[in-house]
Amino acid sequence: MKKLMLGNDAVARGLYEAGVRFVSSYPGTPSTEITECVSKYNEIYSEWAPNEKVAFEAALGAAISGARSFCAMKHVGLNVAADPLFITSYTGINGGMVIAVADDPSMHSSQNEQDSRHYAIAAKLPMLEPSDSEECLRFTKLAYDWSEKFDTPFLLRLSTRISHSQSIVEEAERIESDLKEYQKNPSKYVMMPGNAKARHVVVEKRLLEMANWANTLEINKAEYHSKKLGIICAGATYAYAKEVFGEEASYLKLGMVNPLPDELLQNFCSNVERVIVVEELDPIIETHCKAIGLSVEGKNLLPLLYEFSQEVLSDCILGKKNDFIELDLTIPVRPPVMCPGCPHRGLFYVLKKLKLTVSGDIGCYTLGAAPPLGAVDTTLCMGASISGLHGMNKCGGVDPKKSVAVIGDSTFAHSGLTGLMNMTYNKGVSTVIISDNSITGMTGHQQNPTTGKTLKNEETLQINIEKVCEALGVRDISVVDPNDTAVLEQTIKDALAKEEVSVIITRRPCVLLKYVVKDTYFSVASDKCRSCRACMQIGCPAISFVDKKAVIDTSLCTGCTLCEKMCKFDAIHSTKR
Amino acid sequence: MNQTTNIMISGVGGQGSLLASRILGNAVMSLGFDVKVSEVHGMSQRGGSVVTYVKYGKVVASPVICKGEADFLLSFEQLECARWLPYLKIGGTVVTSTQKINPMPVIIGAAEYPTGIIESIEQKKIKLFHADALGVAKLCGTDKAANVVLIGMLAAHMDIDKKVFLNAVETSVPVKFKELNLAAFEAGYQLKVN
Repeated sequence: MKKLMLGNDAVARGLYEAGVRFVSSYPGTPSTEITECVSKYNEIYSEWAPNEKVAFEAALGAAISGARSFCAMKHVGLNVAADPLFITSYTGINGGMVIAVADDPSMHSSQNEQDSRHYAIAAKLPMLEPSDSEECLRFTKLAYDWSEKFDTPFLLRLSTRISHSQSIVEEAERIESDLKEYQKNPSKYVMMPGNAKARHVVVEKRLLEMANWANTLEINKAEYHSKKLGIICAGATYAYAKEVFGEEASYLKLGMVNPLPDELLQNFCSNVERVIVVEELDPIIETHCKAIGLSVEGKNLLPLLYEFSQEVLSDCILGKKNDFIELDLTIPVRPPVMCPGCPHRGLFYVLKKLKLTVSGDIGCYTLGAAPPLGAVDTTLCMGASISGLHGMNKCGGVDPKKSVAVIGDSTFAHSGLTGLMNMTYNKGVSTVIISDNSITGMTGHQQNPTTGKTLKNEETLQINIEKVCEALGVRDISVVDPNDTAVLEQTIKDALAKEEVSVIITRRPCVLLKYVVKDTYFSVASDKCRSCRACMQIGCPAISFVDKKAVIDTSLCTGCTLCEKMCKFDAIHSTKR
Repeated sequence: MNQTTNIMISGVGGQGSLLASRILGNAVMSLGFDVKVSEVHGMSQRGGSVVTYVKYGKVVASPVICKGEADFLLSFEQLECARWLPYLKIGGTVVTSTQKINPMPVIIGAAEYPTGIIESIEQKKIKLFHADALGVAKLCGTDKAANVVLIGMLAAHMDIDKKVFLNAVETSVPVKFKELNLAAFEAGYQLKVN
């Protein structure tokens, strides 16, 4: 049956049809929906792991023991999973294994736009790159057959535009894959020097073999039209090039981006007059072409930065732009903001009020860096809030009495524990705030080890954050409601004054969770409003200033009470819905 | 080169543009067209400016719509209509809600919400159809159906049978909200007639 399907959902469908048995992932935009979609197939065991390294190793264990396995992550997630990634290249697998890694050119929802193809090259692993949902499904299935044929994991490179675009796919039946027999084989699976030396020979031999085989693949295909111009492309850029050049160019579309097919590249280049490599981010195919002596263009014309489109190609290659109409108005930007009622708001209001240096982390609470709260000093990578603050405080650069780390519940489970252990072990005196909104928020509400629910929403053991901190050596632990700003302020002051590591858990569930009661709303009595703008300091999207008075959009208000606490003139009152 | 029909949907994260693009995508797919729908997930959804694309035709290559390419610009909010207007093809049609949502720079007093957006668009002699979709949705029983009212408004300007959209609305929303959404679509559709 034909269906309009998201690229990510098509990967999930491919996993189902390929007979995959085991999936473990950590959420990360734009890869999250793959695993969410997989969870609907009862034939596949699926789970959220605390981080990508754990997910990868779980999937690898499943593969070694004979199951077809999978894990998905965003590009920076592969940094976390890089350790096992490099080693699986040596060990190989038993049951097929595929790792989907979703890049985010233009950083729609990321802290950088690294190019994951470098990992495939560095780890000497094959990588496929689909260009629409149909290929997402088909390539996923092919990857399992080839993974078992060559005894290697396969990487599947996605990008935001592929993951989050819907196009038409045709579904097929699942073909069950039996568990392959597991046999103890230390020379293959125990990577100590003696064994690893022998396995490295296998890795290099396999890579050469695959590079030759790449020339014969149906998914690496030359498509000849006009021979004046030849475009070498992969993934999303194929669609953009087709849109711009149609039959005015020939195409070499690479379905496998590592290893690259030298003969195909050579043939294509000799068959067309001019060759342009069209690739987003880094010039990987271009550099390879030049290394094997081919005369190609690429980054001399096209940008290194950001996502491409037909507009970018048309402008950079043809010098053509569409006509368009613009209004003679100044249009203010509309950056993302914390939602009305967001439990992070109260926390950042207090941190700003106390003028603290805030070592931040990855999650919705990164938005605490934006005006008017503007409380966050640093945001780098998962877990860096705690370990980074330790360095800031230990070197004397930032006073531990005037600084805190802020990390969410899911991020704490992902990468916060080791940083906290480092603090207590090394006689730290820093203050760590764990903003526990009882869900992985930014990626769209995924469960994690601290929420008490599994990927499939089943009840499970709930990791107790207080007890974990206690076990890691923290003696000063408090739990506060972030909307109770007065208590929170005092708690933070007390913690900062102490000569030991303190953890403050600010606990209030994400306001978007269905079980959170939102039965009141607030409104402003305009006769009492003195236009002092105190309520505007919290940056709530539901509050605006009209005719010099504060006005609350009651349809957006969730009744969090924060603005009421800001008002010194008793002008803000609640009403039951 | 461009032989597809391109619909760009612009709004504010949380307004329901994702569902709108999926309803439109399913509607045109049922007519046998090739279809691509491009969505936005993640951080930008948190109250930010959000655009989604729906493209259909015999064959659709690129899933995105660039400046000067949209046959229709369907906007859920005035400022987001003004912001993405350059993406409209010369001769294209704008369908927008007159709803206004202040962005954070306006809320904190660092910028002003521009006045006269609708008038400015009209002055450019652009085919424009505007209505208070949120108000219409509230009359239908819920402000959450403003997105479906807007699909009704758009459908009235497209040369595709109304039934196709009705079927797509019916199959894309939960059963318990079916009647409400069909009423919202109809209310939006009738705005042109009236």
